[in-house]
Amino acid sequence: MTGDVAVVGVGMHPFGRHEGVTGLQMAAVAARRALADAGVRWEEVDFAAGGSDAGGNADTSVASLGLTGLPFINVKNGCATGGSALTTAHAMLVSGQADIALVVGFDKHPPGAFNPLPEEWGIGSWYGETGLMLTTQFFAMKIQRYMAEHAITASTLAKVASKAFANGSRNANAWRRKPLSDDEVLASKMVNHPLTQYMFCSPGEGAVALVLARGRRIRELARMPVYLRSVAFRTRRFGSFEVFSPSVAIESAPSPTAEAAAAAFEQAGVAPGDVDVAQVQDTESGAEVMHMAETGLCEHGEQEVLIQSGATTLAGRLPINTDGGCLANGEPIGASGLRQVHEVVLQLRGDAGDRQIPGRRRVGFTQVYGAPGVSACAVLTV
Amino acid sequence: MLDQREFIAVAEGLIAGTAAEPELIGSSCRRCATVTFPQQASCPRCTSEEVQERRLQRRGTLWTWTIQCFAPKSPPYAVEPGDDFEPYAVGYVELAGEVRVEARLTEADPARLRIGMPMELTLIPAPGDAGTTTFAFRPVEDDEEVDR
Repeated sequence: MTGDVAVVGVGMHPFGRHEGVTGLQMAAVAARRALADAGVRWEEVDFAAGGSDAGGNADTSVASLGLTGLPFINVKNGCATGGSALTTAHAMLVSGQADIALVVGFDKHPPGAFNPLPEEWGIGSWYGETGLMLTTQFFAMKIQRYMAEHAITASTLAKVASKAFANGSRNANAWRRKPLSDDEVLASKMVNHPLTQYMFCSPGEGAVALVLARGRRIRELARMPVYLRSVAFRTRRFGSFEVFSPSVAIESAPSPTAEAAAAAFEQAGVAPGDVDVAQVQDTESGAEVMHMAETGLCEHGEQEVLIQSGATTLAGRLPINTDGGCLANGEPIGASGLRQVHEVVLQLRGDAGDRQIPGRRRVGFTQVYGAPGVSACAVLTV
Repeated sequence: MLDQREFIAVAEGLIAGTAAEPELIGSSCRRCATVTFPQQASCPRCTSEEVQERRLQRRGTLWTWTIQCFAPKSPPYAVEPGDDFEPYAVGYVELAGEVRVEARLTEADPARLRIGMPMELTLIPAPGDAGTTTFAFRPVEDDEEVDR
């Protein structure tokens, strides 16, 4: 179909800590690798979108890649930055305004928890001064409530983390590559009850780039195109429980993730049950658990059995966060969403090496979530 | 605990009442009755700009909670991280029929916090050395009168 859009090249700068390397330099490395993977020259790219939260302006990477005059839109959308860039590029290709697009996401954060300022999020400074402006608190309180409502155990939170580190140990681009047992995860320092240190990801550094093409250019370029069937992006509705909320309505509403996922599946004409491999936002263990159900990949409460039985491991029937997710890769905010797509592309192509999922691999799914309640989901197929 | 003297709130328009019986200042929509905290100039539910100030009820139930076990970075926290950091509790308290309010909790022992327990608004010294006061919720003991 001429309306088809596919990922024809992927590239990554390893995640972790890279002293002396700027975010923009990492972005350029990822972009060159994606172009090489696609067999595309930079001059052939006729649209680009990208962003970082703290690593600089994406469009300035043209200074390194080459000044070709192409339109390059910068995106800054919290943890959904990569998803927003992907949404933008997808729309440009579908509408026929570009034939080949580059999407890039990167970041470089100092060690320790993020310290956003309330004023930048529309909240009074008192909220930060009194110790409420922490993303870790939100995730802890959301899973605390969720565990009580849906009978999820701390053991299951630990298994999400140990799985992430097991997968990370098979990923040369991952930051945390040492496997940890469930007991080691549970015994690590308490950070925000019920979440311990190894159940949380850490802000980090890294970059990912994708080359997308449409129509006839897809087959000309890719030996095995991975079709981007849909991308859907949503912000929060009144009533959903989101990060940085001094109050929450008693009336409840579907989360931005639930709405973005439903829209992505509908646009793609694919059911959640068709998914062979998924990457979901795992800022911490609880987020993976909750996002599994919010995206429709399982029912609320079903995660306990699925995770305890190993269904979400590489060999399971629904492998999730096969590259180690945010837990093993860390979170360079601008790069996370595109890392998920990068991993799905490798898995669907059969290029995932030591962590290649066995069996059927036709449908992949990604979901990113971030402050102050944004989510982007994508469906990819071969 | 604070005594009965007047207090200086950590921000304008946040807390009213007395030190003994503080009240949070929220807003309610004249069109759809949605309650928000802090007060805001428009309704997040129906987009109406016809909102009015509303004093929120002082008692509610604990909807969720966590313990902040590491010192937050400063800024935005009012205190520089140091060796004297003491973990503190944070939760959302559901004020029936109104809204769920996020606040510091006075009880930081995880064994003594449970979802659904009754809580009451109180005041605590705000972190830092500005001498200001912020709001918090404290557990209501079993033998305390629940209905005023």
